[in-house]
Amino acid sequence: MSRISQCFENLKADGQTALIPYVTAGDPEPWVTVPLLHALVDAGADIIELGIPFSDPMCDGPVIQKACERALKNDVSIKHVMKMVKQFRDKNKETPIVLMGYANPIEAIGYQNFAEQAKDAGVDGVLTVDVPPEESDEFRQIMDDHGIDTIYLVAPTTSPERMETIASYARGFIYYVSIKGVTGAAALQVDEVAEKLSQLREKTNLPLGVGFGIRDGKSAAAVAGVADAVVVGSTLVRCIEEHADRMDELPAAVAGLLAEMRHAINARDLASA
Amino acid sequence: MLEQHIQDYFKTFPDERGHFGPYGGRFVGETLMGAIYELEQAYQQYRNDPDFLAEMDKDLSTFVGRPSPLYLAENWTKKLGGAQIYLKREDLNHTGAHKVNNTIGQALLAKRMGKNRIIAETGAGQHGVATATVAARMGMECVVYMGAEDVQRQAQNVYRMKLLGARVVPVESGSRTLKDALNEALRDWVTNVDDTFYIIGTVAGPHPYPAMVRDFQTIIGREAKQQMMEITGKLPDALVACIGGGSNAIGLFHPFIEDRTVAMYGVEGAGHGIETGEHSAPLCAGKPGVLHGNRTYLMQDENGEIIETHSISAGLDYPGVGPEHAWLKDIGRANYVSVTDDEALAAFHDLTRTEGIIPALESSHALAYVNKLAPTMSAEQTIVVNLSGRGDKDMHTVAAMAGLKF
Repeated sequence: MSRISQCFENLKADGQTALIPYVTAGDPEPWVTVPLLHALVDAGADIIELGIPFSDPMCDGPVIQKACERALKNDVSIKHVMKMVKQFRDKNKETPIVLMGYANPIEAIGYQNFAEQAKDAGVDGVLTVDVPPEESDEFRQIMDDHGIDTIYLVAPTTSPERMETIASYARGFIYYVSIKGVTGAAALQVDEVAEKLSQLREKTNLPLGVGFGIRDGKSAAAVAGVADAVVVGSTLVRCIEEHADRMDELPAAVAGLLAEMRHAINARDLASA
Repeated sequence: MLEQHIQDYFKTFPDERGHFGPYGGRFVGETLMGAIYELEQAYQQYRNDPDFLAEMDKDLSTFVGRPSPLYLAENWTKKLGGAQIYLKREDLNHTGAHKVNNTIGQALLAKRMGKNRIIAETGAGQHGVATATVAARMGMECVVYMGAEDVQRQAQNVYRMKLLGARVVPVESGSRTLKDALNEALRDWVTNVDDTFYIIGTVAGPHPYPAMVRDFQTIIGREAKQQMMEITGKLPDALVACIGGGSNAIGLFHPFIEDRTVAMYGVEGAGHGIETGEHSAPLCAGKPGVLHGNRTYLMQDENGEIIETHSISAGLDYPGVGPEHAWLKDIGRANYVSVTDDEALAAFHDLTRTEGIIPALESSHALAYVNKLAPTMSAEQTIVVNLSGRGDKDMHTVAAMAGLKF
């Protein structure tokens, strides 16, 4: 069983919802990332999504675009991202890491090379936001061969037939994009999300994560009521941006935000237990 | 190999997933996949629909002014002393460039799909103007995304779009040029996917755009072929067109792909020179990758980050190129070359003085290559060069190069 599946099994046994923070690797400086990842785990992260910076992040809003620009100022590439994961693994063998990014940087080094580096570094999953199932046969095969889970997106616009296809391709968990829009855009509607998730549950037994539009403890807890995992990105990245000139305070500040969400989710999980 | 590829061409390309060989495809976020399939279905439904085609033909004739003339540039031919040079006068179209051929087609499709909000990206502003024009005529809301850098260098086109009722949004992210405008337009589309039709201006983007935009632009090549047969009684020996995304080039080339004797030259912007790295020539100096919905040749660094491009002409200042060109390059059916800013500027002045036609800086790249090609050919041979747009929009840039300001 993959580290991601194991993580969800454990949480399920405890009646807990997973909390998945997203940060862009190397934002605002490469050395901040590993301490930040440890701080996030201490604050209650169950899985971490680590963004591979890309020059043209067309599915992201301005907050994550700027994070990519800050990381790229330091030329942070996949090679560096792998080093960060490796360094994180020196102290942490349990928390699954999912790399999230766009196709081109991965294509540039080649799928096989990427898979080998990822496996070696201790990466557990990968989500390429601009590669739909239709274009991912070779990629998925190679990741499968290396025991790396390919995470796929389902959106409000995804038809039931597509849900079925995506479910058959997905490994680890499925990431439901809660709103029509880019990351960090509007607030989500929990009842709409709940309806889509119940459709999706008819097609798959994989855990379902929900991201886009989760901003605070309240929205995190609301989503925890319907999902197996809560993904939070832009809110944390905005906090990173605000602390870009006070980097010594940055990990604690970002972790503090995440801890609020953890508490809110735990309170909800307990209440419904 | 080439022979087989050409025989297969019209049967196979693109395939049902939008692939031209290894290029093309649909590389977008899941939220847009539904919209892309919806568009593909609508396009398949209407592309051979007699009512749709009749409406488009009528618009192209009475609103755009087609067919555009094929003009023998006698003075310039004489000056270069080689092949006879024919100009396909897309600059005479309403709005001043070939872009309108495509925006008419897509806007008619949008209307049939019940989408009342139009968005577009633009570089030089020609596609933005062509989109704002059809939106004004059809009473549709129109938002045009334009890199902040381009908003500055194409101020006149920005004002034209505003006069036509479009909202022009300057894009401040990334390199603040065409690629960033495309990113922003895609972000808008994903947010307003229910009521919005995205009119992409070139033969890039996810399937079905490269095939659909090509089909709307092949009017250029179909007319040119017929006109050459009428005027000279034979096919041309060479076709020349500039390439940013590649829509005017594919529009000219495509109807000639099976005519093996017709050489094709796509001319990219070499900017300050390929060797300086400051250019916009992905086919000549880039490598394959994935950007803006398709796999194609890209200007990128060794980490797969897209690098900033440079061209004197905003319409060529783009790090990618349509996937069909990538395939035509690989199979060797078309030749891709480049000319520098300086060469393009010299050709701009040449044509203006010898023929009394002021070309767009984009089209001047094609002309600059003709400057090199024509003298190597004989007087019995012919070249058709796509004069894809007129130069009025570039007065500011050209004057600035001469140290003038107005």
